[in-house]
Order: sequence, then structure tokens, then C-alpha cells
Amino acid sequence: MSKRLLSLCSLVIVFAVVVGSFAPTARAQDDLSGSLEIFSWWAGSEGPALEALIALYNEQHPNVEVINATVAGGSGVNARAVLKTRMEGGEPPDSFQVHAGQELIGTWVAADRMEDLTFLFEEQGWFEVFPEGLIDLLSTDEGIWSVPVNIHRSNVLWYNPAKLEEWGVEVPATWDDFLAVCPTLQDAGVTPLVVGEAWTVNHLWESVALGVLGAEGWNGIWTGETDLEGEEFLAVWDTFGKVLECSNFGEDNEGLPWDKATDRIADGTAAFNVMGDWAAGYMTTTLELVPGEGFGYAPAPGTDGVFMMLSDSFGLPVDAPNRDAAIAWLTLLGSKEGQDAFNPLKGSIPARIDGDVTNPELYNTYLQSAAADWAVDTIVGSLVHGAAANENFAGNFGSVVDLFTTSGAPEAAAAEFIALCESSGACGG
Amino acid sequence: MYNRKDKAIAFLMISPSLILLAIFVYFFIGQTAWYSVSDWGIDPATALKKGVEKNYVGLDNYHTLISSASDYEFRLAFISTFYFTIFFLSSCLILGFFLAFLLDQRIKGEGIFRTIFLFPMSLSFVVTGTIWNWLLKPKGGLNILPNKLFGTDPLEYKWLNSDTTLFKFEWLKGGTLFYLGIALFTFALFTYVAQKRNLSGFWVVIAGLVLWLISAAGFWDKIWVPIDDPVRDIGTYQGYGYSAALSGIVIAATWQMAGYVMALFLAGIRGISEELREAARVDGCAEWQVYTRIILPQLRPIALSAIIILGHISLKIFDLVYAMTGIDNKYVKVPGILMLKGFRSNEWARSSAVAMVMLFAISLVIIPYLWSNLRTEKQS
Repeated sequence: MSKRLLSLCSLVIVFAVVVGSFAPTARAQDDLSGSLEIFSWWAGSEGPALEALIALYNEQHPNVEVINATVAGGSGVNARAVLKTRMEGGEPPDSFQVHAGQELIGTWVAADRMEDLTFLFEEQGWFEVFPEGLIDLLSTDEGIWSVPVNIHRSNVLWYNPAKLEEWGVEVPATWDDFLAVCPTLQDAGVTPLVVGEAWTVNHLWESVALGVLGAEGWNGIWTGETDLEGEEFLAVWDTFGKVLECSNFGEDNEGLPWDKATDRIADGTAAFNVMGDWAAGYMTTTLELVPGEGFGYAPAPGTDGVFMMLSDSFGLPVDAPNRDAAIAWLTLLGSKEGQDAFNPLKGSIPARIDGDVTNPELYNTYLQSAAADWAVDTIVGSLVHGAAANENFAGNFGSVVDLFTTSGAPEAAAAEFIALCESSGACGG
Repeated sequence: MYNRKDKAIAFLMISPSLILLAIFVYFFIGQTAWYSVSDWGIDPATALKKGVEKNYVGLDNYHTLISSASDYEFRLAFISTFYFTIFFLSSCLILGFFLAFLLDQRIKGEGIFRTIFLFPMSLSFVVTGTIWNWLLKPKGGLNILPNKLFGTDPLEYKWLNSDTTLFKFEWLKGGTLFYLGIALFTFALFTYVAQKRNLSGFWVVIAGLVLWLISAAGFWDKIWVPIDDPVRDIGTYQGYGYSAALSGIVIAATWQMAGYVMALFLAGIRGISEELREAARVDGCAEWQVYTRIILPQLRPIALSAIIILGHISLKIFDLVYAMTGIDNKYVKVPGILMLKGFRSNEWARSSAVAMVMLFAISLVIIPYLWSNLRTEKQS
């Protein structure tokens, strides 16, 4: 019985292979041919956005066979490990997804494994359509290293407007305002601020730091201009400690995914949450709430007028086997058409300032407001999401936060922060 | 006996697997050992450079693991593993023996119970971890069980995120004492082995002591002296110990492996001839004395096997912890998790050093076992 099943199975497999190899190859004429391997972590719910891009690419270059190599896993933890193994083994994909900024520069540009894309930016006139602050984050003195596809915002404060009214609380404009309303909320039996597992706590830290230091002070951390032994930086940790005391930290945050934390805003057991704006996508799509009514949003306290961004981007590895096809791919990613095809599905805004962002069929109320801010705000990079600091710093930053929450001593955290700056070389000369 | 041709054929037959083992196990262990004494990834900028030069830095990486502030995590992980092993082993052995004892009472439906107890073992640690992660959620699972059953207040026990640390000790401050303890322990172990094996014990002890003294003296200022470190001066170290958040992991691991220990013990108990028990009873043993005087002593080799098998699982535990707490849980750290983190921050040399420490700890368990096994095989 089982033998027969086995032979049946193998027959099916052989059949499939034979049919596969004779698949129709009739395609239209195009200057490009061969294949293109794109490496990313966009599987699952983010898959359709990538597929829309690939469909566009196939339309433009029908002779190129696109190989969509995805390695699943949130924010690319697994994909990055696989990518490192492949690059070490001398088998780079033609183009790979990477968080724009230092995650790319500190690892792959520092290792001389990327091609400078300045020529493409000049050829396509991208200097005019991408904000200057964004191009600064993508560049070193030697060149520009990747093409950003989308923009997410890190410093957003989420709340439930109806509930806030019920509790008689206003949206805090600064962290001091937040600490002032904290007792009111606690008395009402509400968690003033909800945080989740470790990375969301780090995510909160970067919004607190930005709120206390301002855009210039935040950027100064990474250029070495901000005094990390000074009062102001200690104040960051001090405020962070007080904010955590107003949260569920240490109670039930370990192992709480970000979306479960967001749920508590929706159901009114917590008042505020600081999370990136993928939370807007979650609340509109999964929880079916209307932006501005079912959930509210504001810049994180003290960060009005500053846009802390993170971005997915693609670069060109030095030994890309199909360089021309890869350049065509990057050209598509940076084009208005490509960005407007990708972002509505991904739930993010285009990196270009001339995207079709006022079109309500493509972008909802939240995204429209984010895009409006994107065009005028000061742009800074996120630490937790790879823009501001290299992988070594970002990967070990969690221990600094752990040390702080264990000891409660801002001096200790600052000292450890400085030690990490030195060992990782992430904080400028 | 075998002639030369037989031997040649035999050698040919096993050579493919020998070659594969040599490359994929021993060569890579060697590779890891070399990385662990190199500076690969110490400077993040060159971590992934093509053909990057790796320089020999001696035991620097181990030194940092043992004494730098930023590697607090590693020491916590090392000590957590130690405590985890103790609790996991003892709970598995006790529970396993108890289950075997119950099943030995010639009850009805023994086969069914045996299967039920053994079943968890057929799951992978990842499945076990995911399920227990759900069961041990702060506001769900076991904590709300009494509420659902009896309507009492839900429990608030923090199974996986308790910040309580028990059995604390100071790693850096009471250092000398700690290492003196290790020295004494090594000494005791040597004496014991020498006695057991009937080697000319005296000489083994002397040899061991000299060896230990030399190595300790040789590395003393290299390893034990802490690195200058501003954070420690601020005095924020909390001490190391058994993090209560590990108890969730211990429960899940015991749930999975206790049935296995039960099976081992039950087989052992059934292997003891009924005549022996009868004889004991005739001589006036109470039923419990039959167990403590007759059965338990005869189960010693089985208990040893169980300890070795569970011990090496527990020392290299990774998948269960990964599934239950992820890699960034503040309270639960094990060396395997730290190795994975190395992939995130490109610290190859450091990760390799962590791996070598794990290998060393496991070989402390495995090698004496293999050695004594080989000896007994030769004798018989």
C-alpha cells in the first residue's frame, strides 16, 4: 500500500518537473534578459506589495525572469543572517532589502561590498524628489548607497479619542505633560502608557530621547557633537525611567507583541502607546477602525515638527550577477509609479515627495497626514530600525536599556552607552 | 578472526561517514576555536569585509566575557544554565521516578498511562515552548485557571518575567572565593575519580593539582582581573543568581522530558528480578524499604545515563527558550541565545567564544561518560 503511494508520489513529482521545464517561454521583446534575484523579508502580509512591484517589473522587462527570494521573519532577523552567509560565501543576490541608513552603511558599505548609486540618482533626477535629510541618511562621503522604497515614522503617539474624552485627558505635547496626567490615568485604573516586548521598549526610548534632546541633539549623538556625559543626556534616561514607571513595564510587557499592545489602546485599557506607524495599518485593516475617529495619532511628546523615519531600501552589491537587470529594478523602485504601486499595499508613504499622496483611494487619512509632515518636517533617523546606528550598536543597545531598568541609575546607563559607542564606533569620530 | 581484507573493507565502509564527521564536526569545531581567539568582528566596520584579516588576540575574547560590564548578559546566561540544569535534572528525576513507581504497581491500563506520560517527548521543543508560552502568559493560561474554575481572583504569578533573583552571589566582588571553590571542586573530583578507578591515586591527584595551579597561575592576571569599567564603579551590579523567570522554562522542559526518565526507570525496575524483591520481603523488608534498599541502588547506572542525557540537553538548551521568551527577554538568558544575537551585531569572535564555553561545559559531562563507557566495553 505505502509502496504504491510512494511510487505514485514520485510519478507526480517527475511529471511536475517535466511540465515545469517545458513551460511556455513566449515573451515580448526587451533589451534586458536573463534573471534577477531579489532578496527580502517581505513574506506573508507584506507579500502582495512586493508582488505588485514585481508585476510592474515584468511588464517593463518581460524577458527577465524575476526570482523572488524571501526569508520570513519580522524586521528581517532571519533574512539578515541568511544574507550574511550568502555574501560571505560569495553568492550575493542581485539586489537585497535593507533598512536604509547605517544598517546598510555600517555593515555592507564599510565592508566595501556595495556599489555607489550616485550615478543613478543623477540620471533619474532623484536629488529633486527625495528630501535632503533622507539623502543624507543614505549617504557617506563616498557615495549614496541605496534606493528607498517606503517611509515609516517611528515617533508617533497613538490613543483612543473617545476614551481620552471620557477620562478628561488631553494629548500631551511634552513628556512633562505626559507625566503630569499620569496619576490621573492611574487613578482611573488605566495604564497610562503601554509597552510590549524588549524592542518596543527600545522604540519608546528613541522617542523619549528625541523629545528631550530635540532633532539637533539626537543627530549629535551619532556625529559625536552631543555631550553624552552632560546633564541633558542624563535627563533623557531620567525621563525614560519616569515614563516607564507610568507604564506596564515589568508587569506584563515581556512577550507582549506590539500589536497586542496596540489592542489595549483600542479596547481602552491603556491610554497611550508609542509605536511606528505600521500600527495605523494594523488598526485600519485588522481592527477596522477609522483613522482620526476610532484611533488618534500625534507626534510623540516633544517631537512635533520632527519626523523620525525608517525606510526599507534596496542596494546594489558589488558582484551582482545581473547588474543591468538590478539597475532596472532600482530604477523602478525609485520611480513615482513604483512607489505609488507599493506603498498603498504596504501601508506606508512614498519616500518621494511627489507621490500621489492626496489620492484618498490610495492613501488613507493617516497616511495623508504623515505624507504632509514628511514633506515639511525635519528628518532624523531611527536607532532601533537601523537608520541611525550600525548593527553592532543597534544589536547591543538592548543591554544598555536592561542595565538601566535593572539599576535605575541614569549615570550607569550613560556610561554603558558611551562604552558601546566606543566599541561599535557608531557615534562619530 | 578478521583478516586484513575484512579490515580494509570495514574501513572503506565507514570512511565516508568518518570523512563527513571530520569535516562537518571536527573541522568546524576547530574553525570556531580559531575564531574565538581572533579579532573577527571586534571592529564592526571590518566584520564582513571580503578576505578580512583575522588576527590572533589570545584569550582576550574570553577575558571580556568574564569581566567586562557589557557582557553582564553572558555571565547571567552561564549561571542561569547552571541553575537551570540543577532544577531541570532534579525535577525530571524525581517526577520520572515517581511516575515509574506508580506504574510499577501493576495497575490496570498501564500501557495507556505509559503512552500518555511518554507522549510529550514526541513533540519538538519548539512546539512545547509555544504551548507553554501561551499557558504562562501573565494574564492568561494557568494564571486565570483558578478564576475560570472557582471564580476566585486570577493569579498574578510572573512565570516568565519575574524580576526576582534567588541564590544570589557576586561574580566580580567575591571572585577569589568563587574560583577557590572551583579549585577545591576540581581537586575533589580528581580524588574521587582516582579512587574509583584504582589508579595510583596519589599521582593523579598531584598531577591534577599541578596542572590546575599552572593554568590558574598562568591565566590569573589575564582572566580574573576585571577590566576597568566606569559602570561597575557606579555600583549598579545586582549580583548573579537564579532568575525566577526561569521557572517557566523548567516546568515546560520537565513536562517534556519527565516521561522519558519514567520510561528509563520503569525498564530498570522491570529488569530487577522478582526473586530479589521476594527475598527482601521474606527477610522482613517493608514495601518502602524494598524500594530504598533494593531497587534504588540497582537503578544507579540508569540514573547516571538519565543525568548524562538530560544534562547535555540542558546545557545546550536553546530552542525551548527561544520559543518561550524570544531572544530579548530581560530575565531569561542562555548562551545559545547570545550566540544568535552575535549574528545580529556581527560579533563573530565573541559568539565563537560563547560557543566554545558551551562546548567546554558539555564536554565536562560527556567526556568522562564516554571514557568510562569505553573502559567498561574494553573490559568485557
